[in-house]
Amino acid sequence: MTQTLARERRALRRNGAPRKSPFRWLVWLATIFFFVNLFGVIASVIANSFATEWFDTWLPTGWTAEYYSMAWNDFQLQDTLVVTMQVAFTVVIVSLLIGAPAAYVLARRNFPGKKIMMLSFLLPIMVPPITYGIPLATLLYQLKLGGTLSGVILANLVPAVPFVVLVMTPFIEQIDPRIEAAARMCGAKTWQIFTRILGPLVVPGLMAAALLVLVQTVALFELTFLTAGPGSQTLVVSLYYAVFASGIRPSQAISAMAVVYMLTTLIVLVIALRHVSPTQMVTQVKTENNE
Amino acid sequence: MAALTTAGPSKSGLTPPPLQHLSLRHRLAERGLDRMIWLALPGFLFVLALFVYPAVYGIMLSFQPNDESGVFGNYVEFFTDKYLFDTIGNTFRIALPAALFNVMAAVPLALVMRGRVRGKRTINTILIVPISLGTVLVAEGLLTYLGPQGWLNRTLMAVGIIDEPLRLVHNMWGVIISLIITGFPFAFLLTLSYITGINPKMEEAASTLGAGPWQRFSKVTLPLVAPGLAITFCLTFVLAFSVFPSAVLLGNPAGDSHVLSVAASQAAFQRYDFPLATTISIITAVVELTVVALVLLWRSRMYRGSSAGKG
Repeated sequence: MTQTLARERRALRRNGAPRKSPFRWLVWLATIFFFVNLFGVIASVIANSFATEWFDTWLPTGWTAEYYSMAWNDFQLQDTLVVTMQVAFTVVIVSLLIGAPAAYVLARRNFPGKKIMMLSFLLPIMVPPITYGIPLATLLYQLKLGGTLSGVILANLVPAVPFVVLVMTPFIEQIDPRIEAAARMCGAKTWQIFTRILGPLVVPGLMAAALLVLVQTVALFELTFLTAGPGSQTLVVSLYYAVFASGIRPSQAISAMAVVYMLTTLIVLVIALRHVSPTQMVTQVKTENNE
Repeated sequence: MAALTTAGPSKSGLTPPPLQHLSLRHRLAERGLDRMIWLALPGFLFVLALFVYPAVYGIMLSFQPNDESGVFGNYVEFFTDKYLFDTIGNTFRIALPAALFNVMAAVPLALVMRGRVRGKRTINTILIVPISLGTVLVAEGLLTYLGPQGWLNRTLMAVGIIDEPLRLVHNMWGVIISLIITGFPFAFLLTLSYITGINPKMEEAASTLGAGPWQRFSKVTLPLVAPGLAITFCLTFVLAFSVFPSAVLLGNPAGDSHVLSVAASQAAFQRYDFPLATTISIITAVVELTVVALVLLWRSRMYRGSSAGKG
């Protein structure tokens, strides 16, 4: 890979193409500037979480980890982490169970009303959560589900189910339908086709969809914020409340909580990136919109 | 689990159905309506129940104000109360520059990154980090980083570019910067996938006709990628338009970052006026969809033929 790259470069230079144009330099400089700032943002949080005091110096005047135990106890991080995992894993499982069969139908069949069905799966992803979240939360509170764990899970499923459908549909489309036809010719029953033929073939797609939903659900703020009550807050929502009410507790404790949240997200992200590419995490939505 | 067991067609179409049903079932199957359709039902019903129904419910609720101000009372209140009405302008002032910047900055980087670049995957991975961290964490980090004693102001003062710290938090600048940190990677990764879809042979052809780098970009690449950029802009704009946590934490939610989402959540959770809150949500959605529709209308006039091939 590197060798071919070097060879191409050499070939380019022989043909008189400039190795690096000023334009490329400018773009790289701007990108590095962006990365430096991004790094600064994240490092500020980490540095502050370990600071004894940090007012008007480049770095904190002393280092301590005591604010982690304070954050852990004061913000009830253990309960919050449990709630976050409960919500995230339930959402992943339920959205796969509901979404994958629908994706199969959309990938394999043409039927009247398919366009409408497609649109109804596209809208919850296109419309930002805060817009439909308030009517949804109002309704959930009317049904006495607001503020409960089930309410939070239901609200988080609203973008997750369509997302699974949109990720899985192109994935199933690229599985050759003749494999199913061949299995049927050999006498397989429909359930056998699903469990023994399609099942193993869609596992990579299910895996990708599950991980993408997991990353999204852990970070999804708006819908949980609108529907959660005390006891059903996920990590990102209690982080919001902690920052919102900053001044009650030392800023280091809030930063420590932010680091815990960051670690949770990054662990999920690292697992996810073993199965999906970074571009896939964004462009799944696009390929559908582009139709 | 129930979804699968009820929807899973246990009896296959293998056994021939009774004769008297054959014609109708046959005709339906011909149009693609066989038992397999039941598999899609749980998903469709779910979206109907938890997305379409709440939306309809919200629209009806918006016409039932809490006070006795008539059917359109909430809408009248929104458009006559200057503090509420100004939220539209505030939201545009934050979302439009952020979305435009994100899309315009994404194009040059995507142009450079479309070829074989060393460390491409690393760069993409770093870029996905702010997206998955989310706006709340970015807001919390920016509060320290952009603050008067933060590293950015310190560096700028140490270098001598500024004498006084820039005021970047608790106003709309902080909100715009947070939208760039989370929105730019999103716009870039989308743009990259569009630009790599363009066959580089087209630019080579233009090159043989004597086009310089700028002409190749403006006359060949840009027109081909423009429809994709329109979609990217729409998605980035919609994200920025619904900015919420950073507007509260990083902006000045009572002043220049009193955006639509902040007004809606204040109506719901401070005034407990849910009809007014849903009214503001509906107005947000209408404004958003209008902008998206205008951009898509403009997009429909662009060239959208094949630009694919080996990219």
